[in-house]
Amino acid sequence: MDYSNVDLKKIANKIRHDIIEMVYGANSGHPGGSLSITDILTVLYFKEMNIDPEEPDDPGRDRLVMSKGHASPGLYATLAERGFFPTSLLSGFRKLSSKLEGHVHRGVPGVETSTGSLGQGLGIGVGMALAGKLDRRDYHVYVILGDGEIEEGNVWESMMAGSKYKLSHLIAILDRNRVQLDGFTDDIMPMGNIRAKAESFGWNVIEINGHNYDEIVSAIERAKSSTGGPTFIIANTVKGKGVSYMENTAKYHGSPPASREEYEKAISELDMELIQ
Amino acid sequence: MTAESLRDAYGNTLVELGKAHDDLVVLDADLSSSTRTSVFGKAFPDRFFNMGISEQSMVTTAAGLALSGKKVFASTFAVFLTRTYEQLRQSVCYNNLDVKFVVTHAGLTVGEDGATHQIVEDVGIMSGLPNMHVVVPGDSIETASVIHYLFEKTKTPFYVRLSREKFEVVNDRGYEFRLGKGVTLKDGSDITILAYGAMINFSLKAADILKAKGIDARVINMSSIKPIDRDLVIKAARETGRVVTAEEHSIYNGLGSRVAEIISESYPVPLRRVGMKDNFGKSGKAWELFDYFHMTADDIAKASEECFRVEKYENIP
Repeated sequence: MDYSNVDLKKIANKIRHDIIEMVYGANSGHPGGSLSITDILTVLYFKEMNIDPEEPDDPGRDRLVMSKGHASPGLYATLAERGFFPTSLLSGFRKLSSKLEGHVHRGVPGVETSTGSLGQGLGIGVGMALAGKLDRRDYHVYVILGDGEIEEGNVWESMMAGSKYKLSHLIAILDRNRVQLDGFTDDIMPMGNIRAKAESFGWNVIEINGHNYDEIVSAIERAKSSTGGPTFIIANTVKGKGVSYMENTAKYHGSPPASREEYEKAISELDMELIQ
Repeated sequence: MTAESLRDAYGNTLVELGKAHDDLVVLDADLSSSTRTSVFGKAFPDRFFNMGISEQSMVTTAAGLALSGKKVFASTFAVFLTRTYEQLRQSVCYNNLDVKFVVTHAGLTVGEDGATHQIVEDVGIMSGLPNMHVVVPGDSIETASVIHYLFEKTKTPFYVRLSREKFEVVNDRGYEFRLGKGVTLKDGSDITILAYGAMINFSLKAADILKAKGIDARVINMSSIKPIDRDLVIKAARETGRVVTAEEHSIYNGLGSRVAEIISESYPVPLRRVGMKDNFGKSGKAWELFDYFHMTADDIAKASEECFRVEKYENIP
């Protein structure tokens, strides 16, 4: 679709509002890693992905696997804003009467697979891309990984498989926000040179600012045109992006605004962003 | 009786199905020549994926293929699949996908490879997973029938446990597997022996030993462990008044535990369980190990006789 950067910014802002409302309403959930990937999800679902909310099972559709399944508020809000289900349902997040499970759940329209336990989504993406190749379909498979998540060995097993089978329609996007539950990724388990690691596993690597729409679009376009093998996009992002007190801290990895005041501050900061 | 390889039956059946069905894909983790998926790989190289020694990758890739409409079989040794418990749990079972895990070299019969490879906990581990079904074929004929059944009639996750060793053929050539149904191999009125896999043959021999002592034993093949044939177990308890289970597996969380649950809830009768007892295996010749761990026909017969020394149950006819 033909959205301008200003349009995309407005949509992302709406999604960020939804995220805050959802985790505040549930009094739990993961805002930090949802806010960091909001701009990427916005570009994917509103500009790049070949999807149709009216035909969620179309065999030719692009697929997205939210491997970091705790970013469910980000994905659910994006799907709702894109029209897969009414945004009014977002308030059911994490509640017994709702399908919107705490971690990404396949029962939700538009969700391709359940995730939550980390490290499994890239393998699922490998399987989806293999199937596309076997069926001679042209769809792309996007897998969103957390930078804490890539400490899981399963990820690197699947990196090998993606390379072995030259899955040029497989695109991994690393949400490089440098923060995981217990603190900074470099303190918890330093991953060293991720670019060199991914390259040495046989992937094309592109590094971008994950909040810059032009860079996100151009990276995805380049990844799509790759023929030699899978692409690994390192998206440098800010954990908690858009809410000042949530930025660059582990505190809001898995915690909602701690008070009514914090909630209102988050909402007013997001409101201000659009006025500027 | 002749002994035939269950693994060969598996590989050959895959090829048979592969010829007729383009949507069948097979994965392995560097053990394809042992699991016999290599036969499929040779026949259909485009639909065979050797994932290397990366079981977590194999299981999650299998999930992705199934999510894209493929019917997936994935194989490795039983012991190595258990390291992917959580991938099985979240990516396959929670999504409730059409992936069949057919594992080989399970139990004591892997012999000389020793304790590290002799998994005797897997049936319990897999049975505990919601949406997972567990089947242990007793011979080559049943193996082929199970694979056909799973491919043609089911769309949910399955765990099929095979041995490295050849097993003596106990089923007729026309045998057809039915999920959730036990198969009475020998009728009897004094006691029922419930067994699966390698222990079926030992159980039939135990029935011969008991016959010589005037005890008429019924022997039932319980290859469908989950779902289990609850009605048949209760019927056996009611009609014969005593039950013995025999399995090449721990008596904890296997058939023994399941049967104990059923009869204690529904029709309490004396029960003895033959199998491994919360211990690891040991290197040795496959069939020597059954002796060593007290799991032979003699041991089943002995356990059966013990059931006759229990006197306090109201349900004993």
